[in-house]
Amino acid sequence: MTDAHHHDEHHDELPFWRHYIFSTDHKIIGIQYGLTALVFLFFGFCLMMLMRWQLAYPGKPLPIGFLVKWLGDSRMPGGIMAPEFYNQLGAMHGTVMVFLGVVPLAVGAFGNYIVPLQVGAQDMAFPKLNMSSYWVYFIGGVVMLCSFFVPGGSAQSGWTSYAPLSVITPQSHSLFTGQSMWLTGMVFLITSSLLGSVNTITTIIQLRAKGLTWMRLPFFVWAQLVTGFLLLLAFPPLEAAGVMQLMDRMAGTSFFLPSGLVVGGKALYVSGGGSALLWQHLFWFLAHPEVYVLILPAMGIVGEVIANNTRKPLWGYKSLVYSVIFLGFMSFIVWAHHMFLTGMGTAVNAFFQTTTMIISIPSIIILTALILSLWGGSIRFTVPMLFALAFLPMFGIGGLTGLPLGLASADIHLHDTYYVIGHFHYVVAPGTLFALFAGIYYWFPKASGKQMNETLGKWHFWGSLIFMNGIFLPMLIQGLAGVSRRLYDGGASYLHAEHVLYLNKVMSHSAWSLAVVQLIFIVNFFWSLFGGRKVTSDNPWEATTLEWDTPTPPPHGNFLKIPEVYCGPYEYSVPGEERDFHPQWEPYKKPGDQNNQEKK
Amino acid sequence: MSTAIEIPYNSTERPDTGLYNAKLGVWLFLASEVMLFGALFSTYVLLRTGADTWENGAQIGLSIPLATINTLVLIISSVTMVMSWASLKMKSLGRYKFYMGLTILCGVVFLIIKGFEYAHKFENGIWPSTSTFMAIYFTMTGLHGLHVIGGLLVNSYLWGPGSKMWQTDPERFTNRIEVAGLYWHFVDLVWIFLFPTLYLLPGK
Amino acid sequence: MSDIHHEDVHSHVKTYIKVFVALAVGTLITVLASNFHLGIVVGIIVALIIATVKGSLVAAFFMHLSAERKPIYWVLILTATFVVVMVGLIMFARQDQQGSQQGIFAVPQGHVPAHHAETPEEAHKE
Repeated sequence: MTDAHHHDEHHDELPFWRHYIFSTDHKIIGIQYGLTALVFLFFGFCLMMLMRWQLAYPGKPLPIGFLVKWLGDSRMPGGIMAPEFYNQLGAMHGTVMVFLGVVPLAVGAFGNYIVPLQVGAQDMAFPKLNMSSYWVYFIGGVVMLCSFFVPGGSAQSGWTSYAPLSVITPQSHSLFTGQSMWLTGMVFLITSSLLGSVNTITTIIQLRAKGLTWMRLPFFVWAQLVTGFLLLLAFPPLEAAGVMQLMDRMAGTSFFLPSGLVVGGKALYVSGGGSALLWQHLFWFLAHPEVYVLILPAMGIVGEVIANNTRKPLWGYKSLVYSVIFLGFMSFIVWAHHMFLTGMGTAVNAFFQTTTMIISIPSIIILTALILSLWGGSIRFTVPMLFALAFLPMFGIGGLTGLPLGLASADIHLHDTYYVIGHFHYVVAPGTLFALFAGIYYWFPKASGKQMNETLGKWHFWGSLIFMNGIFLPMLIQGLAGVSRRLYDGGASYLHAEHVLYLNKVMSHSAWSLAVVQLIFIVNFFWSLFGGRKVTSDNPWEATTLEWDTPTPPPHGNFLKIPEVYCGPYEYSVPGEERDFHPQWEPYKKPGDQNNQEKK
Repeated sequence: MSTAIEIPYNSTERPDTGLYNAKLGVWLFLASEVMLFGALFSTYVLLRTGADTWENGAQIGLSIPLATINTLVLIISSVTMVMSWASLKMKSLGRYKFYMGLTILCGVVFLIIKGFEYAHKFENGIWPSTSTFMAIYFTMTGLHGLHVIGGLLVNSYLWGPGSKMWQTDPERFTNRIEVAGLYWHFVDLVWIFLFPTLYLLPGK
Repeated sequence: MSDIHHEDVHSHVKTYIKVFVALAVGTLITVLASNFHLGIVVGIIVALIIATVKGSLVAAFFMHLSAERKPIYWVLILTATFVVVMVGLIMFARQDQQGSQQGIFAVPQGHVPAHHAETPEEAHKE
């Protein structure tokens, strides 16, 4: 289980497939995670664009001939989306975006690439384990993709796979059904996450450079540390539940099947005695901390970018650290706010409502600290900063719309409506994804040695901001009007939805426009990579954290000499200093200038 | 420009934490395993308390003598495992191989007995689908068995080709055995709780 | 642990043997106890206590937890807390069901007969 390059051959001399494909270097692995995740994000986006056709023009044939032909008659008979296919798109859009897209990008890509650099290490604690984590994720992704091509199609019971529907859809003991492959894929993905989190936590605790005490860590590292613990401790119950659901599907057990279940007019020949709610509890025990896995790395990135582009230290560093730790802990005891309408009693509902209200406090503290960090700053409106700035109000909307959902009584009206979808998309799409874009634009020069085009970046930003709001704001409106989620016709058959139905077209056209805007990003990314202007400095943003103390791009082993840390992570605009920033790796010249004492 | 990198604290402990990397890594992994088996135990509790009737292990055909033997086999294997680590601490590769070999043997015996138990049930038409008790029985012991197999694979590697590291980096190798031992003891620990829960608790 | 001396290891070995004996005895006691019809509540408590004692011995002595460092203790305390939370809150949710006294969980345990004549499931043969 231990590993290191003890007797290393010179890294340069490794054959191509060991240098780039089966690399143990955290930066290559980070890029592998990043590119794979971006492809999955794009794929998940395409799934959604298909859905949005059906929602805007229910029952109308899709006017893209070759696509209809390729999808075939079982999915799009006469070009019109079959309801089962709509459900497949819905379930897999969620699964792909969360488990194959955002988390691998936020944790696998950014975590792997940046954390060892920011703690001053030569690599992760367990490089070979790191490589295995990536390939296990890759296999999980392939299994998920293949699930579209088996008879009956992919999983289609929501990304939440609630029993008993998920157990009986379809009724087959074969492993090669969409839902069973979903469960198998999840086992791979969970394993990958677990191994990755062991690596991240050990790296942060054990491999910090000399002088890098806990309270001198960049906020991004703290965020990744807490995220690591969330993944480590919250995922296993879902793995257990996934195994049990596989048993229910393939071995005829009844973990999640209550007695007396009748399917299609026939009583199910199973023992019964199981509990559908057990699945929900075990699923949400993970899936709630999972949403904090989605947001914490993003908050970390926003912190780094804001400090750098205001030329000021982050406001309230200690509050940020204690809040993120408290948030991580609380995230384990709020999960049943997803189950308010399952018939739990008032005492349990009150308990989870209370913890949910409490958990909003650290979130608000973090957001407030980030906003206050802008005050009095010398703001540079670089492209990363634009995305980081937009994160603040967007996450604000996402968080605030969560509050009525966390109150059991209000949730009666809002549960399973488009309001929920609007809420969580605000947090993840113009929230997390904007932060991840900020991270890409921010660290691209370090990882590639090239600059991304500023103009294209600004077009990408403004277009994305406008169209994301065009998609998700109407969802909040439709939800308040009572339009349910997961409806194949977008609410067209319901009288109470009639007056907000036109918003489906607004949302769909915004979604397709958003796709066009992302093309600008894709073009910018690859054009800059191969033909962009070279950066002229190892530290083009004039930043203070350790990753900027490396050659560009960083070589195997990262640092030319082992770094030592002399001060906190955000020493910007220090009075009496010549430059407006003081990197962590540079000692202060005069003894009276700064408190260099080892804290803790 | 690129040099061989050396990850610190693989063989020696980091002063402020007092740990070497793999020790922290394996305990973190074991923490996740506690959550995994914890979820299964909570499933047992939930299904059992919600049921009108619940079998007692012996009633449904579980063999308490065999499982008791298996419990002792695993306990013995834990002793031999920690002895194999102690042998390395006392610089004896020969004794290490002896004790590690015994550990592997015990693990194989455990699996053989388990296999016999499973086969006996299938022959009598008792399957996971028979009842929720059997469902949780097969799932918990099955997952535990998979963990035993995993441990056997690791231990066999460390007994065989992996033991070459003793010549080049004895401290790191000793640490590897300690880490493998921690995993193996955990597998034993899970069984210590599984055994009374599934085999001995009275029914209702 | 890397600076253990020969004599220390020998005394450790004596401890391992003692722990083994305790574990073996504990196992036999558990099996014997199950033969007395203690009733379900007492039975569970007895079984849990013995298992916890045995588990603690394995953890403390074989896994050297009694001499371990703070980070490990914190990880385990955190984990134990969340296991208790998971089991406890799920049970709490079950107890606090709306509607009937026992809630939706207490339905008659189904039971599939041991021998299947003709069943849709040939999965067992897979």
